[in-house]
Amino acid sequence: MKRHLISAGDLTRDDALLVLDTAEELARVSERSIKKLPTLRGRTVVNLFYEDSTRTRISFEAAAKRLSADVINFSAKGSSVSKGESLKDTALTLEAMGADAVVIRHGASGAPHRLATWVRGSVVNAGDGTHEHPTQALLDAFSMRRRMGRIDGLKVSIVGDVLHSRVARSNVLLLHALGAEVTVVAPPTLLPVSVDTWPCQVSYDIDAILPKSDVVMMLRVQLERMNAAYFPSAREYSRRYGLDRERFARLHDDAIVMHPGPMNRGMEISAEVADSPRSTIVEQVANGVTVRMAVLYLLLSGSEPAIGGDL
Amino acid sequence: MSDARNQARAVLEGPDIHRALTRIAHEILERTKGAEKVVLLGIPTRGATLAHRIAARISQFEGVKVPVGAIDITMYRDDLRLRPARPLGRTDLPADGIDGRTVVLVDDVLFSGRTVRAALDALNDVGRPRAVQLATLVDRGHRELPIRADYVGKNLPTSKSEKVKVYLEEIDGRDAVLLVKGDDRPAAGEENGER
Repeated sequence: MKRHLISAGDLTRDDALLVLDTAEELARVSERSIKKLPTLRGRTVVNLFYEDSTRTRISFEAAAKRLSADVINFSAKGSSVSKGESLKDTALTLEAMGADAVVIRHGASGAPHRLATWVRGSVVNAGDGTHEHPTQALLDAFSMRRRMGRIDGLKVSIVGDVLHSRVARSNVLLLHALGAEVTVVAPPTLLPVSVDTWPCQVSYDIDAILPKSDVVMMLRVQLERMNAAYFPSAREYSRRYGLDRERFARLHDDAIVMHPGPMNRGMEISAEVADSPRSTIVEQVANGVTVRMAVLYLLLSGSEPAIGGDL
Repeated sequence: MSDARNQARAVLEGPDIHRALTRIAHEILERTKGAEKVVLLGIPTRGATLAHRIAARISQFEGVKVPVGAIDITMYRDDLRLRPARPLGRTDLPADGIDGRTVVLVDDVLFSGRTVRAALDALNDVGRPRAVQLATLVDRGHRELPIRADYVGKNLPTSKSEKVKVYLEEIDGRDAVLLVKGDDRPAAGEENGER
């Protein structure tokens, strides 16, 4: 059976825990001098990136290489896409090359889902439009569990541009499945209409939520959307929703601060908070490689995938 | 499992396992001249438990503390693609590593030898031991690779369709090795100590 990781909702609680436990064991591989396993030898993973990305692409590439898979990197810039090739034709080309998995980042929500109907391999969503980014949610959950020792019962606040954030949506779905109590915090203009159907609480007031939070996840303000008047000015946003030193001081002593990156220092998060020992931002990047190794291992190593959803 | 136990015969009981491990501990001490520079590495799950038991005996007999660890071989198996992806076991290497040491791999059942082959590959990625030896609680024969054990708890002649199940106190609540009469299925499945 062919299975994919397109939405965090594809993962049952057991699937998600299997990914986190597998990643926990794989983290030890990253600590040793030979950081390579022979497990996916002879398998081909294609990284198909239609949007710019540094950490996600590098992270997937490192993950696949550490498992000895052959990696083909494809970025839209400098490819036939700039000559007008469609996603489907690109997919068929990759298919002809025998890709066992396609990791796709695309500006259009739903592109990975379409792709999954065209290729034989497993499709892993590395971020599609404003829809989902399931491996980011997995690495966030993994970082959270490593710091806090558990996820079940944790109070997690996700603060910022929820409307455009694929990270927020994936995190809400995954963390809910893992038993966390999630609250999204944003100005009303930056919440999607459908947010009341999400398995989480909604708040407009960061100051009321912070003292009750175990984990605060700050989302990037997408500066490219600043002109669209979702909020009056950067400065006002920063004052009302930014995590600065004063707000940070109101968190309880064990609470941690997360950010999926890239950060706008001084905007949604102050430099001081970002660099504090209670920030997990650097760990999140390191954990990204291990979690993606776990996902690729569970999707590709066996006779059939151990996780994920079918179409 | 209760069905299987009906047609199962205990080949080793608690005291037999105890004696076998005691003998293996003595043999390791003898062969390695006092277990100097020895590291015991168990293959999860039950091999790791056995490694700890052997280390405890060695320390009891001669007062030497032998470093113990576990090495998971799942990612190095040659049959990964024959079955759905499986969960990983724990790898836990002693702080001083294995370079220049005599590594004694410990497993519960030696069968085809493929697990040990995978373990040798895994070792290769974590260091360069001076020598590698193999200890197993049960050697049931039917090797498919040129591999043999240096320390054997019990040689157990089996037919290929039979299964050997190892139960250990720490994991299963009791100590026993059972020989389960085979059905028609080929012997397979190492989890739960089945070989």
